[in-house]
Amino acid sequence: MSETETKALLGAPPAAANVGVDLFAQELERQGVAVDRVDWNPPYEGTETALSRLAVEAAAVARANDEALARMQAARPLLVGVGVAGELLPEMSARTFLHAGPPIEWPDMSGPLRGAIVGAALYEGLASDAEDAERRAAAGEFEFGPCHERGAVGPMAGVVSASMPMCIIENEAAGNRAHCTFNEGLGRVLRYGANDESVIERLRWIRDVLARVFAAALERLDAPIDIRAMTAAALQMGDEGHNRNRAGTSLLIRELLPALLELDEPSAEVADVARFIAGNDHFFLNLTMPAGKATADAASGVERSSIVTTMARNGTEFGVRLSGTGDRWFTGPSGRINGLYLPGYGPEDANLDIGDSTITETIGLGGLAMAASPAIVSFVGGRAEAALEATLSMYEITWGESQSYLIPALGFRGSPVGIDCLAVVQSGVLPVVNTGIAHREPGIGQIGAGLVDPPWQAFAKAARGLAEVD
Amino acid sequence: MGEIVRVRRGAYHDSVTLMLVTSRVAEEEGASDVAVVMATPLNLELLASQGFDLGGEDDLGPADLVIVMRAEEEATERLLAAVDRELAATREAGDDGPQQARPRTLRAAARRNPELNLALLSVPGRHVAYEAAVALESGLNVFCFSDGVGVEQEAILKRRALELGLLFMGPDCGTAIVDGAGLGFANAVAAGPVGIVGASGTGIQEVSCLLDAAGVGISQAIGVGGRDLDARVGGPMLRRGLELLADDATEAIVAISKPPDPAVAAEIVALAAGAGKPVVLAFLGLEDPPAAPAGVEYAATLEAAAGRAAELVGAALPDFDEGLAGDPTPGFIRGLYSGGTLCKEAMAIVAEAVGRVASNIPLEPGARLADVHVSEGHTFVDLGEDDLTQGRAHPMIDFSLRTERLVREARDPEVGVILLDLVLGYGAHPDPAAVLAPAIAEARAARDDLSFVVALCGAAADPQDRERQRARLLEAGAAVTASNAHAARLALRAAGVQEVPGV
Repeated sequence: MSETETKALLGAPPAAANVGVDLFAQELERQGVAVDRVDWNPPYEGTETALSRLAVEAAAVARANDEALARMQAARPLLVGVGVAGELLPEMSARTFLHAGPPIEWPDMSGPLRGAIVGAALYEGLASDAEDAERRAAAGEFEFGPCHERGAVGPMAGVVSASMPMCIIENEAAGNRAHCTFNEGLGRVLRYGANDESVIERLRWIRDVLARVFAAALERLDAPIDIRAMTAAALQMGDEGHNRNRAGTSLLIRELLPALLELDEPSAEVADVARFIAGNDHFFLNLTMPAGKATADAASGVERSSIVTTMARNGTEFGVRLSGTGDRWFTGPSGRINGLYLPGYGPEDANLDIGDSTITETIGLGGLAMAASPAIVSFVGGRAEAALEATLSMYEITWGESQSYLIPALGFRGSPVGIDCLAVVQSGVLPVVNTGIAHREPGIGQIGAGLVDPPWQAFAKAARGLAEVD
Repeated sequence: MGEIVRVRRGAYHDSVTLMLVTSRVAEEEGASDVAVVMATPLNLELLASQGFDLGGEDDLGPADLVIVMRAEEEATERLLAAVDRELAATREAGDDGPQQARPRTLRAAARRNPELNLALLSVPGRHVAYEAAVALESGLNVFCFSDGVGVEQEAILKRRALELGLLFMGPDCGTAIVDGAGLGFANAVAAGPVGIVGASGTGIQEVSCLLDAAGVGISQAIGVGGRDLDARVGGPMLRRGLELLADDATEAIVAISKPPDPAVAAEIVALAAGAGKPVVLAFLGLEDPPAAPAGVEYAATLEAAAGRAAELVGAALPDFDEGLAGDPTPGFIRGLYSGGTLCKEAMAIVAEAVGRVASNIPLEPGARLADVHVSEGHTFVDLGEDDLTQGRAHPMIDFSLRTERLVREARDPEVGVILLDLVLGYGAHPDPAAVLAPAIAEARAARDDLSFVVALCGAAADPQDRERQRARLLEAGAAVTASNAHAARLALRAAGVQEVPGV
């Protein structure tokens, strides 16, 4: 019998992946067969039945995941304008306060979130002072709801109230929209729970000056700004799209500057706006985030898909939503951030993980694209290799690779995108999330940044939800 | 404790590096309130709020590095050196590129290595269905050693495998030889003209080793898992195997199964008739088989199946004429097996001569052992059954259960002969005779009228050196034969049974 005839069965010489007992791999290698070993561990507790049930639907899950990922890849988020939350978002009453993360009520809210709600109440003129605002919140005078359920996202506390201006992102491919407030800069800011007069004053300036001038500049552009393209360019310049936004912000102000100079607005105000944007590295984050939401929302609602379409934290809980389970939240406790601190602060001061900014990781940016950002590798131990390893490890749990977000250090490989909840649950590899650290007391602000492990329980619950085991 | 303030103008470092440096220097003995920061307005404000006085430094800007801390004076130099050391350390590039860890998921493994075409699964049974499904969706053929896939799941997964043009060997598949590679427990047999498709691991091993003894090699041996011919599964992989063995390299086919569902058996027989080459069906224990069409024949034992296959390709099995080591001793036969199908084959031969044989895998329901650990008259135990392998390796690898039982059976004065299988090949114990022979020798030292018969299932090229294994067992006083069926007949003779079938 000839060699070629013996190769008929598998079509090519056997090349095996071994999952389990290593003896079988060793015995194959002894016979000259190439073996790749999968580092297997049992799935998360309580997910056996779900995985076993989904095993017989694996083909449907795979088709659904292909569809969800294709929608994410196709999404082309454009910055189409600026509006007001009360007019843009559904069911926004004067007493509505949206927040980051999954649903939560006042008694369970952490310090920064309470501080931000107090600040927003003062900004809206709904309370005479902070104490009054807290009393009214506790008395049930305000309505709370997740940004994510009203077409918005918010960094850190993520509080949105009716009169706040919002940037409008439209996904040209599917027509869906997402919204986000303007980034306030660092230091004492509402999103970290600060609510003194300087904070409220800045919010008023954002509403009265920044939003107007910014909107006018956008209108003068030949075409809406393509946030996906700008983010892709920023990735080539050392941003990862979550914790480092210096390149993105620089590209944005470069694009806007000629239009700003041509505006028929008081030049002092235009200069203030230019200075504000240029002086705030994170300005672009508040565009990347709604662009991320517009991208992820487009992938939502594909029956059976195990692709993660939302990861968001309210400072108490971390919530996950899957494409195949639509609007249903699956939650676990918000994690402690393993990070680096500003002078004078330490882990004992830190609030638990908070913010909708993990929408960036959801679409293959942030921690998943860490390899693009050597400037912030200190978060992963200071070795440039560690940033590459972080991104490489994410390909284990993602359905595909981004066609838009390319990583120079990995030979322009697409960033890992489309987190497969089942792969997370099976492998125990959690999405890498890098994020800012808020002080646990309201009103103090950002005290550091670092990496955080999402709670495995949220993914375990989501897998059970998808399998309809619960 | 004094206040240390140092300024280095124009020494820019990014804020993340500085946070890292700060946290490391803060761990040094004697340092408190450490801050190594760029002089941004925000940082200057923070430092002022901590009581540090930078009044002496004018015009500090974001490009200027500020180092502050509180420490005893004698520690100052050491701590500032630590700042420099840590600042330098953050710039040192690692000289080893990124370490890509092993794949954590099968899907990622398949994506990372497009050459992969096969997944070997041996994870705990309750987790294996998901892995098998991922393997299929990733385009990999599956060899599933683990048991634990439900029968309905098995049917669905196999249907999916067929849609994808893939093989699903298993679950509970012990043996396959695919394109010359032995998977799981398999013997080093040569390539040759007989194709095997089987729902039994040790059945495949026995037939391929008997053919090896006849100088006949194997084209492919496709394992399908013990339940493939169950009515609820319908024999999809056995049928697929028959189709695949229509290749040019295969001249004759042996199909092996426990008694299949009658309807499934009829379909297999019809398919076998159209195989275009002779097919020997070893449906062990099937009563009233459907009439065999031309080109299809039945074999009652593995030995008969191998013998017929050898004849079909112009060869013959050697005569198995090994005799007993000593005189017969009337008494019960105790079979202690590691291979389920081998156990059944031997048991069927023994039962034909002596009637009831008790077992944990009984030939008829009434013969089930009340307690698997306690023999009743003539008794055969399959030590590879799930309830006996919980928490330990398969008895082809781990002999402890078998030697314990062997010692116990040897002490029973009613026992005349102990019958064992010894399976060699890839995956099996590296030197099984080294474990079994001393146990046999010891038992015979205590009772020299006790007979031992060993069915040695192995190929000449197996890594354990078959002839050395045989010599060791003979030396210990056992009768050794390469045919399990012949071993059963030897056991009957050793137990003083006169009417030995087939002799």
